[in-house]
Parts: sequence; structure tokens; C-alpha cells
Amino acid sequence: MDIFLQQVINGLVQGSIYALVALGYTMVYGIIELVNFAHGEVVMVGALVSLSVIERLVSRGYTGWPLIVISVLVAIPTCIALGLGIERVAYRPLRRAPRLAPLISAIGVSIALQQIAALIWGRNYLHYPDILPKTQYLIGGAVISQVQVVILLSAAVLMAALWVLVQRTRLGRAMRATAQNPAVAGLMGVDVNRIIATTFVVGSALAAVAGTLIGAYYQVGNHTMGFLLGLKAFTAAVLGGIGSLGGAMAGGLLLGVIENLGAGYMGKLTDGAVGSNYSDVFAFLMLVLVLIFRPSGLLGERGVEKV
Amino acid sequence: MSRLSQALCLSIATLALMACSKPDGPAASGDLVVKIGTSNPLTGPQAHLGKDNENGTRMAIDDANAKGITIGGRKVHFELVSEDDAADPKTGTIVAQKFVDMQVAGVIGHLNSGTTIPASRIYADAGIPQIAASATNPKYTHQGFKTAFRVIPNDTKQGLELGKFAVGKLGAKTVAIIDDTTQYGQGLANQFEEAAKAAGITVVTHEHTDDHATDFRAILTNVKAKAPDLIFYGGMDSQSGPMMKQIKALGVTSKFLTGDGGCSVEFITLSGADGEGAYCSMPGMPVEKMPLGPDFKQRFNAKYGEIQDYAPYCYDATNALINAMQKADSIDPAKYLPVLKTIAFQGVTTNVQFDDNGDIQGGVITVFKIHDGKLSAQETLGGQQ
Repeated sequence: MDIFLQQVINGLVQGSIYALVALGYTMVYGIIELVNFAHGEVVMVGALVSLSVIERLVSRGYTGWPLIVISVLVAIPTCIALGLGIERVAYRPLRRAPRLAPLISAIGVSIALQQIAALIWGRNYLHYPDILPKTQYLIGGAVISQVQVVILLSAAVLMAALWVLVQRTRLGRAMRATAQNPAVAGLMGVDVNRIIATTFVVGSALAAVAGTLIGAYYQVGNHTMGFLLGLKAFTAAVLGGIGSLGGAMAGGLLLGVIENLGAGYMGKLTDGAVGSNYSDVFAFLMLVLVLIFRPSGLLGERGVEKV
Repeated sequence: MSRLSQALCLSIATLALMACSKPDGPAASGDLVVKIGTSNPLTGPQAHLGKDNENGTRMAIDDANAKGITIGGRKVHFELVSEDDAADPKTGTIVAQKFVDMQVAGVIGHLNSGTTIPASRIYADAGIPQIAASATNPKYTHQGFKTAFRVIPNDTKQGLELGKFAVGKLGAKTVAIIDDTTQYGQGLANQFEEAAKAAGITVVTHEHTDDHATDFRAILTNVKAKAPDLIFYGGMDSQSGPMMKQIKALGVTSKFLTGDGGCSVEFITLSGADGEGAYCSMPGMPVEKMPLGPDFKQRFNAKYGEIQDYAPYCYDATNALINAMQKADSIDPAKYLPVLKTIAFQGVTTNVQFDDNGDIQGGVITVFKIHDGKLSAQETLGGQQ
């Protein structure tokens, strides 16, 4: 078995989930310069909604991938509604307030969502039924499961679609314009409020997909699952250069791989002095190093086209 | 802020308030009110265990109130004060200080060793008796505090017995150890490692994760490369459940053994079919075989649903406090604390009697195997009760 390859595959899968979530952070930051700390919670809601749908349908005899597709089709509109609601209630009223105010309200929304989810789904860990085939493929001595392949593929397709949306469509042009200068974009006939809302719609839809994929992958859900994930994804966004789409994708994948290699090889490299429990430390150390030499992140540049 | 958002915030705040208030039944005027504190993680990954502990304590208090106990000639109304320490050592000490300020008569908990040990100093300074019902790190009762008691056998015993079990019954020659770097998880893993080495097992690797992790593939890939006969995990069910799935997904064929933190209904639910054949241990006996277990189980199930883990121990811990108060005929900690060392009564889990350190006397460890989605008791170890 090739351990290195196995660690990289695991890292890429974990990283593509980080990337999907990181895109939500980076898009919102790019347009209104707000770190949307409630984004991790939107992912959590997506995961739990899709779990509820799966549970309902499993008891009626449905199974396999179609079930995941149905559940994601329910989770997406729920998360979009949630994302829009958060923007409308917690951020829009504070758009002209000092920058700290929306940040605090973002943290508030995050805590409120966790507690509401705890009221709806309870505090226990929720278990996803075994509905997916456990097919595995061998690549050069490493094992990759069907779920992992689907996660990699769907993340790649979604990221490519987002790239086309932002770079090639009228809507994307309006988004890029708003990111550069909302006031001027408004004068040029762009409905800024609508564009900001659209950003939340796209981010939340990606969050819903990420939530469903996480559920299918780890088969466990809980009202607190969004917090750490949000933090990691935010780290990935900063690592890649917050505000930059390509940066979020690269940052996410990189963080996933670094974490896995860190956990896998740290003990060996330091002869047991520093063990696998330091994999997060390793990841954050990389972040610090990147920020020292490239303060705006790997792919972020000053004056970069943000969205 | 718009009117809509104001209304929304208000309703959320009201909801939150409603969720917090827990009416405990009114105390008739003239009754002596005795506050008993319990601190558990009621939020976060271990909230299900925290709620279980709270319910065990609550049931003992409800029973005592129903009995109508009198102390010092006055009718006593026990009141439960339940706090959330989020399994976080820092929050645990804040809760402890709060209990001291409220002048509670005694404390049940905390749930985790990581919160219990730092909090125990605060209770010791204030002279408030503390009885742990689920914290199994040996250190807790070995700090020289007169206020620290425990109704569950500690990890020195558990680690030792599991080490012997791994060799004797599982025939393991090599083992990979994983822990969650908490006082409990790492403590148990280290005790096990010592016992395993003493029994002649080779420890091929000792990996670490944390108590919030969900992805263990990196460390499991390392473990797989070493192909051990057995994987031992020191940690809680919220990690070992998903870990079990990932072990199977990576095609690791080693046997799996874990301690009391993973010996719960939750572990079976979370690991699903992949949990079949895993071994876990619980201090004490299976609920059905406890002296008063069947009756307790029936009443608990009717009131709160399935027992997760430690509810019977919390029930006994609470009764130990009440028992000592009755025997001393006082609710003053200074008066009933010395009596606590001398009590002996038939609890749900065992005959409750403390040794000089404040640990429960006797004490056995039971090993379970997951079979057909149920915990099936394999054997009870270290039994000279």
C-alpha cells in the first residue's frame, strides 16, 4: 500500500470540501468585506436538512445515490432561504455601520443558528443510514471509495461552473464590478442589493452541497459540526487569499493535503517528539508562513479582481 | 434595525429563555431548601452524555423529594442546579466558582476528567463535597483533597484489566494506540499502554487526535501500514463511532477495543454495521446485572428514554450525598463531609462505600462486544467484590 498516495487522496477529498465552504467565505468577503462567520452554520443546516430528508425516504424504501440527489435538492433551497434571511436580517441593516458591527452580528447569528438547530434536531449525534455502495477502487496501491470519487468530481464541477458564472456571464460581470466599487457599480446601473443577495444565494447553495457531501462522507451530523469546519474553511480562504475565487479553491485543497500529510508524517519526521495531534498546528504554521511572505495569501494580489 | 428583525431577535431571545428555565417543582414554604449542583457538557459533541448524567442526578433528587426526607427536624426540599461546562476545563472552573458562590451543599460531577480535576481544587478550598460519577482519571482522587469522591472505578484499574484482556482473550501481539489528548482519553490510553507492554504486547504506534475531530483517515492510514492485531482507542463515543466506519472504509482488519467513553448506545448508532465485533469496557457491571439495575433501568427509560452511559452512577453519587446528610443530620458541608467517608448503602451500581482516597471500594470492569447492534457483556474482570 502506498501510504503517501493514500494520505494525498484523503487530503484532496477533505480539501475539496474545505474549498466548497471556503468559496462561500471568500465571495461574501470579496463583495462586502465581511467575514460571514455564520457560513459554517449554513453548512451544518444543509447537512442536517439533507439527513432528515434521507431518513424520511429511507423508511419508504429508497436507497443509493438518487437519495443523495433528492436530499441535496431540498437542502439547497433551504440553505438559500437561510442565507438570504441572514443577509436581510443581520447584515443589510448594518451595511453602513462600522466594520466591527456586522462581524459581531455574524457571530451572533452563528450562535443562534447552532441553538435553533439543537432545538430542532436535538443535541445528540445523528447518524446517516448506510445507503451508499461501499465500492472501492485501487489506484497505485491506495484505496479510494466511490463516495470520495463523487466528492472530488462534484466539487470540481461546481467550482468550474462558478468560475464560468463569474467570468463569462452578465451576472458575473456585475458581481466583479460590485466587488471593485459598489458605489460606482450602482451608478452604472447595477442593482447592488440584488448582487449582494445573489452572492449569498450562490454561497449558500455551495454550502448546502458541501453539507450533504460531508454527511454522506462522515455519516455523522450534529448541531456543532459547522463551527470547526467554518474555521478551517475560513483558514483555507485566507491561505489562498481571501476575496479570490481561485485562492479559495487552491487554499482548500492545499489545507486538506497539508493536514493529512502533517498528521501522517509529523511523528516520523520528528522521531515521535511531535505527534499526529499537532496536524492542526502544522496547518496553521503553514498559514502563518504564507502570510509572512505573501500577506494577501497565495493567489490574492492587491487590487485583485475580487468576487 | 428593522421592525422585522427586532421581532425576530425578541422571539429568539424568548425561545432561549424558555429553553433555559427548568421548573423543579415548588418548595412548600418553611421547607429547608438544599441545592445540589451538577456540571456536565450540555452543549457540544458530548451533550448527549451530559444530559444523561443530569437526568440520573435529577431522578435521585426527585426520588428523595418524593420520600419527604427530614433533616434536623425540618422537611427538606432538594433542588438541582444544572450547569453547562461544555467539557471545557476553563468553563468547568467558572462553573465550580459559581457553585461555590451559590453555596450549594454538594456537587455531582463533572462529567469529564478534564473538567473534574481543575474544578476539584475550587471545591476543596470551599470545603464542598464533590462526587464524580463518570470522571475516571486516577489523578482526581490522588491530589490530597478531602472533598473529592468518586463512585466509579478509575482508569488504573480499567487500563490494567484491558491490557490483560487484550493478551489473554484477544490474543493480540501488536497494538496501535490512539487517544483524544484529553485527561480521560490520554490517561486511559497511557494506562493501557503500560499494562499492554507489561503483558508482552508490542505497541507499534501511539497516535493522537482531539475530542472534536471527525476525520481520522490520516492517522488510520498510518495505523494500517503497521497492520497491528488490535487498535485501542482512548476517547469518547462521538469520535470512536465515526472512527470505526473509517477503519472499515480503509480496509483495516485489526480488532478494535475502547474504554467506557465509547461503550454507549451512541457508539453503536454512529458506527452502524461497521461497529459489529468491536470491544469496549465499562467500569462496573452491565445495568441488567447491577444490584438494583433492572428496576432503575425501567424507571429511567419511562422517564427519560435510553440510558447512555453513566446515569446509574450519577444516581448513586447523588444518593451518597443525601445519605451522608441524613446520617449527619445536617446539610452543612463541614458537618456531613466527614460522614461521607463512613457511609455504606446499597446503590444501583454497587454497594457504595469509599476508600481512603475517596474512590469506590472494590469495583470491577466489564468488557462488552458489539453483537447484532447491541452491547453484549463478555466477561467481568477484576472481580473480588
